[in-house]
Amino acid sequence: MNALELTGVRIALPGRVLVDGFDLVVGAGQCSTLMGPSGCGKSTLLAFVAGSVDPAFDAQGRVRVGAADVTGWPPDRRRIGILFQDDLLFPHLSVGGNLAFALHERVRDRDERRARVEGALVEADLAGFAPRHPSTLSGGQRARVALMRTLLSEPRALLLDEPFNKLDAQLRDDVRGFVFEHALERALPILLVTHDEADAKAAGGPVLRFGEGALRG
Amino acid sequence: MKAVGLKTDPQGAALRVGPVSAGRFSFLGAAPALTVATFALPIAAGLAGTVGPAFGYLPAIGGHALSLDPWRELFAWPGFVSSVKLTLSTGFAATLLSAFLAFGFCAWASGRAWAPRVTAWLAPILATPHSAFAIGLAFVIAPSGWIVRALSPWLTGFDVPPDIGTVGHPSGAALVLGMVVKEVPYLVLMTAAALAQVRLRDHVALARSFGYRPVEAWLRVIFPQVWPQVRLPVLAVLAYSLSVVDVALILGPGNPPTLAVLAVRWFSDPDIRLWYPAAAAATLQLLLVVAAIGAWMLLERAIAAAGRRVVARGRRASALSMISAGAAGCTMLLGAVAIAAIAGMALWSFATQWRFPAAWPSGVGLEGWSRRIGDLATPALNTIVVGALATVVALSFVIACLEAEPRLRRAGPPPALSLLYLPLLVPQVAFLFGAQVLLVRTGLDGSLAAVVWAHLVYVLPYLFLSLADPWRALDPRYARTAASLGVSRMRVLFAVKLPILARPVAIACAIAFAVSVGLYLPTVFAGNGRMPTLTTEAVTLSAGADRRVIGTWAVVQAFIPLIAFLAAVVLTGRRDLRARRSAR
Repeated sequence: MNALELTGVRIALPGRVLVDGFDLVVGAGQCSTLMGPSGCGKSTLLAFVAGSVDPAFDAQGRVRVGAADVTGWPPDRRRIGILFQDDLLFPHLSVGGNLAFALHERVRDRDERRARVEGALVEADLAGFAPRHPSTLSGGQRARVALMRTLLSEPRALLLDEPFNKLDAQLRDDVRGFVFEHALERALPILLVTHDEADAKAAGGPVLRFGEGALRG
Repeated sequence: MKAVGLKTDPQGAALRVGPVSAGRFSFLGAAPALTVATFALPIAAGLAGTVGPAFGYLPAIGGHALSLDPWRELFAWPGFVSSVKLTLSTGFAATLLSAFLAFGFCAWASGRAWAPRVTAWLAPILATPHSAFAIGLAFVIAPSGWIVRALSPWLTGFDVPPDIGTVGHPSGAALVLGMVVKEVPYLVLMTAAALAQVRLRDHVALARSFGYRPVEAWLRVIFPQVWPQVRLPVLAVLAYSLSVVDVALILGPGNPPTLAVLAVRWFSDPDIRLWYPAAAAATLQLLLVVAAIGAWMLLERAIAAAGRRVVARGRRASALSMISAGAAGCTMLLGAVAIAAIAGMALWSFATQWRFPAAWPSGVGLEGWSRRIGDLATPALNTIVVGALATVVALSFVIACLEAEPRLRRAGPPPALSLLYLPLLVPQVAFLFGAQVLLVRTGLDGSLAAVVWAHLVYVLPYLFLSLADPWRALDPRYARTAASLGVSRMRVLFAVKLPILARPVAIACAIAFAVSVGLYLPTVFAGNGRMPTLTTEAVTLSAGADRRVIGTWAVVQAFIPLIAFLAAVVLTGRRDLRARRSAR
């Protein structure tokens, strides 16, 4: 089973240290939550794990997924899935096109690919939505498609960057339940960044709090 | 006071007037219609005036009966078929190559730290007129040009220029190269502008988390999103490559030439009976462009369908990364050729003696310049006056249109303004002859007003296209705040909006001025030969004058728009820097 492991992470801007000496192990099927005020560096930490941190930051430390040390790997080799605040469904592709784009290339056969996409839609309670344009979907439906899309790429770990933030309160519970159910069912290690206590509670795992100063291990 | 919008047009299209002070007729409300009329009506009249003679109708020289003779004459001309083939092959080759190189370069460069700065480097290339580039390029690739000189005699053994026709090669390869050198930077800049409107970083980051490498991600996710915004520029490149005259005169084959050159040649023949087949050729040119645009759109559909299949297959690795790196390499090579072209003509202009296999002139000095400066004065003055007038008139039209937009009570620009793109797609030769006949009839041909109008047709769309986005993006609360202080609309415009938008306005004006400086055919036709500009003179001289003379003209022609650009950037630079600092 894969675990997500961060060792000695230090992230700094010129003149300002955001994260220092940070260690964390997230086990498979476990969700760790990072909480803190905006601008404290928690999203930058996620970008560092994903491999897409802005070069303006000085970021050091090691990232391991399972047996692989992915430190220094480009994001496209890491197989770490990420969900952002916005669903970021590609507007030039249909719902099915969005899912097929992410579906791992290991699935080669065209019929099987189509079946996997349709299966994901059924799981998301959206059977038959493949030909629809993303803009015709409701906020909750879009959020579910976004999660299924990321899961179809077969990530070994999942990062959640305040993914429920823009949903209204009622929808938030539904989507949150959907995300945790499907992500934990695949035994993925999950790292969640949020400033909503309810998110942390629903995640059910350990909670780390960023204070005013740098996050220290 | 809040006045209710009153409709002056039952269709409610372009002439809907918004809140109007004291209920007067508003010039602003009519601005879009006036702007469109300024060029759309003359273009329509010019097209009619070209199509008429193509069917034998030209009363001015006694053609009253409709007939198909002009077409018979055109088809019977010995070089006709090769000319059409040449036109289509060079037009499509230039467009396909330009698009391939430009988008390949963008895919490869995207996400690199220096990518945002590339646009600043491309602006000077964009400001340089097509014909100046073509002249410079001829200096580089001609049998007696820089490339052969650099390799002679030590490698090639040539002591005299080899007898190989690179410039003017019957295949039109030099013409294609000349267009590509100029159109790739244009398309890269248009793509860069469109990229600002999509969520480039987020979407690429997401695609990479799915396992796609940067180039693969860009081509699958970003390119389809920016394509709707770059489609029009690509079609403009296609229309222009099919019907270009000045570059084809300098670099294209002479016999048979492209169709547009053929039409111009016949139009300017002393034998006025040739006007009939010339009008037929110009009409055919229009049909070719329309058909080519249709074909391009079919091709686009096929590529989009194939692209969707590729995306659905989900393969992460492909040859696209390598292909894109290759395209980027070729693009940078083209950049080097462009620099050599400019440097080459500058060097020629200072050369006193430069014999064949020598790579450098054996003597340089200012004698040539001092001898030619007298000839340059009038055309240079004409160029500046026409360019400045056209820019000022166009700027007033464009600002009036943009100011009218919020009062037209609809999202986005009024549909009539899409006609602005017309001049970018209609071949110049197809309406300029008809327009010239009209001008001669009214006695306006050769006047400053006629030439400024002809330039306005092209200056307006480019000025509008470059100013519209920054103007619309300005936070409306600035103007509202000023208005709430009791300031009149005019003062809001001059004291608030224009100062804030000084830089985009200045750059749009520089682009407009550069467009005007580079115009060849509109100047020739509307000026009827009596309004020589740097561009018309340079193109004429390129046919056979001394290289030192051509170099001088091309250098001045290239540098005048460049100075306008520099002035725009430098004069508004500090303000921009301050604004950016305070934004942080």
